[in-house]
Amino acid sequence: MVKVTFVSSDGTRREVEIAEGETAREAALFNGVPGIDGDCGGACACATCHVHVDPTWIDKVGRLKEGEAEAELLQFAEGASEYSRLACQIPMEAAMEGLVLHVPAQQY
Amino acid sequence: MSIDTMELDTAEKIAAMPIDEIDVSRPSLFQQDTIGLFFDRLRKEEPVHYCRESHVGPFWSITKFDDIMAVDTNHKVFSSEAKLGGIAIQDMHSVEGALELEMFIAMDPPKHDQQRKAVTPAVAPSNLLLLEPTIRERACQILDDLPIGEEFDWVDKVSIELTTMTLATLFDFPWEERRKLTRWSDVTTAAPETGIVASYEARREELIECAMYFKGLWDQRVNEPPRNDLISMMAHAPATKDMPFLEFLGNLLLLIVGGNDTTRNSISGGVLALNQNPDEYRKLNDDPSLITSMVPEIIRWQTPLTHMRRTALQEWEIGGKQIKKGDKVVMWYLSGNRDDTVIDQADRFIIDRKNPRHHLSFGYGIHRCMGNRLAELQLRIIWEEIHKRFAKVEVTGQPERLYSTLVRGITKLPVRLHAR
Ligand code: HEM
Ligand code: FES
Repeated sequence: MVKVTFVSSDGTRREVEIAEGETAREAALFNGVPGIDGDCGGACACATCHVHVDPTWIDKVGRLKEGEAEAELLQFAEGASEYSRLACQIPMEAAMEGLVLHVPAQQY
Repeated sequence: MSIDTMELDTAEKIAAMPIDEIDVSRPSLFQQDTIGLFFDRLRKEEPVHYCRESHVGPFWSITKFDDIMAVDTNHKVFSSEAKLGGIAIQDMHSVEGALELEMFIAMDPPKHDQQRKAVTPAVAPSNLLLLEPTIRERACQILDDLPIGEEFDWVDKVSIELTTMTLATLFDFPWEERRKLTRWSDVTTAAPETGIVASYEARREELIECAMYFKGLWDQRVNEPPRNDLISMMAHAPATKDMPFLEFLGNLLLLIVGGNDTTRNSISGGVLALNQNPDEYRKLNDDPSLITSMVPEIIRWQTPLTHMRRTALQEWEIGGKQIKKGDKVVMWYLSGNRDDTVIDQADRFIIDRKNPRHHLSFGYGIHRCMGNRLAELQLRIIWEEIHKRFAKVEVTGQPERLYSTLVRGITKLPVRLHAR
């Protein structure tokens, strides 16, 4: 299991666990973390699993790459930033233990 | 070749048709609501199906959920460009005398992305929160004026009125003239065959009138302090304030058209679905918190736009079939939304599904419906207010359906209200 913390827009922190090999989207949905919708089922097709990666983690997780599907979708999301990622595109590997993700106030 | 025969296809006849001869472009199949039987067959026997000959020419049908998702998210291969035919099974024509409106729903990147980015903030969730109280107040008014115990047409008195009201609220459009919005929406998508306009010249005239009207609203708002209606937002936002006027008009009309028939038919479709599934209606009355999951289920069930179309820019393989460059590819959302390999018991209307937003009605990828949260917001408000007032909206007669291959519409729905 890998531990990940979701921080809501009101500052509430929720530490949850998820099996290795799942993504950060499942970490939120399987543990009832509010604010992640994930409408498309994790296919990188809807941008409703938008998160801001904590700045201390962004280099490990990796930034959006221009021209790739994830960046193309997130350009339209409200409040997208240089720390934006889609949770369904963040695989939960052992190296992600302790990851911190910020959930935007609204999806879409 | 004639577009259509109005002869009703029976289940036996549909099952016996040679698969090659199936042509799902015929509007009568949608009007008679037998289309589902055709899609059931295609999904089972030939999920990627080629129709050689039809009134809209040859086209591919994509009928399974995952294949549709694959096409919708692959905009580099599957183009939405108007000049290649656009986004509907019927090609967008350049017609002499027609006013050409450019809309980003029928563009590819990079132009699509620039325009969508400019307009998106207007329907961003945080902006919708500001508009919610007004939308709710006006919805209450419409519902409070309805007769109890008397038969009337739900489509005209509620679905159209509520949708028009929301659009008027979004644009802060002069209230008394709000039905102009509905008219312009109909005119924008109208061809003379539909009877909505007499000719392309007549359509052009009306759209110019519409343009002048919005120009007036723009000029007024640009000189006033910013407010949270869409016109004021676009008149003041850096990304949109210098937009050429025709571009502004195209985007504005896209917002009107995008949110008009679709929302209207979801409002009607929900009432019909609950009446056809009394157990679900009982669940709703016992627990109105289910409205949250019922709303996306209604949108899946209705599938207000039956399809979107793309044009292949290169050869590509889907489901073992070879698509050629230039081919017309139709993603049948209505079929994918009934694909039980992805959606559990897809042929049933269930208001408390676990994953209700996992449907195709809004499309996916870069063109995914920009108004999807707004559409859900409207439906949620309406159902919350209906629930407070009426124990039942009872359907009292046969619904009438629209003769269209694109818009899955209900044109008439007689109902009677039961007070709570
Ligand atoms: C239940 C109601 C609605 C349904 C079913 C619906 C459906 C759709 C579909 C299928 C698409 C194309 C998706 C694709 O090609 O992948 C679309 C695009 C769009 N819709 Fe909606 N829509 C609805 C409500 C609205 C509303 C209320 C608005 C108004 C703001 C709106 C505005 C748009 C716009 C602007 C686009 C173009 C997006 C783009 O090309 O990037 N829609 N919609
Ligand atoms: S779940 Fe749809 S993009 Fe991540």
